[in-house]
Amino acid sequence: MNAPIYLDYNATAPVRPEARAAIAAALEAGGNPSSVHGIGRAARGRVESARGTVARAVGARSQEVVFLSGGTEANTLAFSMVGERPVVISPVEHDNVLALAWAREKPPVLLPVDANGVVSLSGLEEVLKGLGEPAFVSLMLANNETGVIQPAREAAEIVHNHGGLIHSDAVQALGKIPVDFAELGVDLMSLTAHKLGGPQGTGALIMREGISHAPLFVGGGQEQGRRAGTENVAGIAGFAAAAEAAVDQLASYGGLAELRDDLERRLAEIAPELRFFSAGAPRLPNTSCFALAGLSAEIQVMALDLAGICVSSGAACSSGKVRPSHVLQALGANEELARSALRVSLGWATKPEDLDALIAAWSELYVRSPRGTSEAAE
Amino acid sequence: MSVKTPVYLDYQATTPLDPRVLDAMLPFFKEKFGNPHSVAHRFGWEADAAIEVAREDIAEVIGARAEEIIFTSGATESNNLIVKGVMAAHLARKPHLVTVATEHKCVLECAAQIEAWGGKVTYLPVDPSGLTDLQALDDAVTPETALVSVMAVNNEIGVIQPLAEIGRIVRSKDALFHTDAAQAFGKIPLDVDAMQIDFMSLSGHKIYGPKGIGAAYIRKPLQSRLAPQMSGGGQQGGLRSGTLAPALCVGFGAAAKLAKAEMAEEGERIAGFARRFLEAVLAALPDTVVHGGLDSRYAGNLNLGFPGLDGDLLLANLRDLAVSSSAACASAETGPSYVLQALGVDNALAKASLRIGFGRMTTEAEVAFAAERLIRAVSEMRMAA
Repeated sequence: MNAPIYLDYNATAPVRPEARAAIAAALEAGGNPSSVHGIGRAARGRVESARGTVARAVGARSQEVVFLSGGTEANTLAFSMVGERPVVISPVEHDNVLALAWAREKPPVLLPVDANGVVSLSGLEEVLKGLGEPAFVSLMLANNETGVIQPAREAAEIVHNHGGLIHSDAVQALGKIPVDFAELGVDLMSLTAHKLGGPQGTGALIMREGISHAPLFVGGGQEQGRRAGTENVAGIAGFAAAAEAAVDQLASYGGLAELRDDLERRLAEIAPELRFFSAGAPRLPNTSCFALAGLSAEIQVMALDLAGICVSSGAACSSGKVRPSHVLQALGANEELARSALRVSLGWATKPEDLDALIAAWSELYVRSPRGTSEAAE
Repeated sequence: MSVKTPVYLDYQATTPLDPRVLDAMLPFFKEKFGNPHSVAHRFGWEADAAIEVAREDIAEVIGARAEEIIFTSGATESNNLIVKGVMAAHLARKPHLVTVATEHKCVLECAAQIEAWGGKVTYLPVDPSGLTDLQALDDAVTPETALVSVMAVNNEIGVIQPLAEIGRIVRSKDALFHTDAAQAFGKIPLDVDAMQIDFMSLSGHKIYGPKGIGAAYIRKPLQSRLAPQMSGGGQQGGLRSGTLAPALCVGFGAAAKLAKAEMAEEGERIAGFARRFLEAVLAALPDTVVHGGLDSRYAGNLNLGFPGLDGDLLLANLRDLAVSSSAACASAETGPSYVLQALGVDNALAKASLRIGFGRMTTEAEVAFAAERLIRAVSEMRMAA
């Protein structure tokens, strides 16, 4: 059998060769960055050099980068800064942000979104006015399921005009579109390494200087007291190498949009009743999320797997729990349609032939299936 | 006799990655890159299966079941999850935590946080050997005590606390027992049932595994009795959300398996190194003080005081040796070690002390070289003074 075709980059990406080399070098060198002897200082050097690289890749200052174990920890640390503020989120946030927002005493305020899942800025303005006190707003930069991009920069301006704080989960955005912390103007930004070709188990929270905060994990005093625990030196080095490579290659990454658009055009030719989510708004260039009522995601995923093609039926974290995507429901999809959605996400090693194979397999599956009608897909 | 310098004698701060562990990890940075939580395809299944094997390998070292091992980013996260998580869940009924003055900074800082929440903390003293007094512990545990947290092996002086006796007392008093075993796991025999341990913190990079991975052992019936600190996503039974890193989990599992298989033989070899090193130093520098008792101790951790010397200067004169003056995470801090102070060591001697650790990669030649260098440096400094 041929090597499987991987089209699930939003779940995780293969490790880039640059990252692999940096990881291997750091693993072999060893050392605890907190040790004062030469081996420790060399490890410290790797961590601090990586901090500079990540800072440059995201338009932040080195001292604003806090390394930690990944996106979930970054979001959790960000939410530890909510304080007494009311929480405002979009309804299409990642499960993790939803859980953090709902774990508070008062339920969060959900922002209105349009049919593409883009939040309404006038809606945000109204919500903040209505609250009458500074809020904590969490608005993801790009959605993991449909790839839709939120107007985080404009939102940050509005939130700040009302004296609030804004966090953006940029886990899916970094390496796929330009991400500039300073230009976005958000206060907190979550990142993870493994979505852009770095290793799993490493991420960062970018924290604007001067924000009052308490660490999630105490003891040890690492990361200037913002995150205790011996640094994952190899992971951090791999993160930096991957971020640098991904940002350097952003221009060519945009080429994925052509591949993705071509994929969608060809699929629509096969099945004109297919609905492509968030296609009418700015999206990540690599993501396509589509559904056909009556053709369940499980059946599609299974059939594609048999053909050696790996895609996802929704966010990987909520995989295992069989429930329709809250994101697609927020976009107006009914439960049946949401249960039929497939996510195809491309990445740095995707080749045009991979999509030819996907289209051939999907076409076969479609022809054999009881087709949905265009009405049912509405 | 030639050795490669600097000679690494700081195995309590971190350990070199075992090449066999690296080999186990590398495929997960290459073709096996899947997200273990992707249930829709083979990349996900393959990563998930590898993680479950690692979980079993780790559980086996401490006599636990795989479902009782929760992967975390390291022992610091595990200590935070367990100490703060258990106390947060019990604060209303049982607001009391018992711990020891010589615990790792991280447990002590968790304890401080519990005091800030309105809980009560008892810090048990230790005797000059570094051991906790069992009667004092017995007296300290009351019906209000939710958790007793006592580390297995101290990170600065290597002293092994009497875990089985502590476990028996804690269980008889209807409290829960946590041990920070970051320095003990894979080095001394641990058994959660025989020692009646309810929670344990483990680390990968102290046993020749990777950094950025650790685990919390959480006894199965107690898993609903602590508040998770990372939720959403719902991985690992909701106790610790976040995408797991297969390469790190597999590396930790491989390191645990090796540690278990080689524990007896390696322990003996390392004890021999420590014995010969100490004999050489004491013969040449008879006023050297050994901090902490030698009877109940992980042999690979010596902590020696050199009366009358400036510790920083001594470190500076030992460029060929990678040793430490205290815990690594406190290395940048000045001031005497609180662990040595708890033993009753005066500040001047505490500041003139070194932690010397031996491990898997240590050689006989390195031990002889290090003893010779240390003796020479101390003698020269004394001569100059």
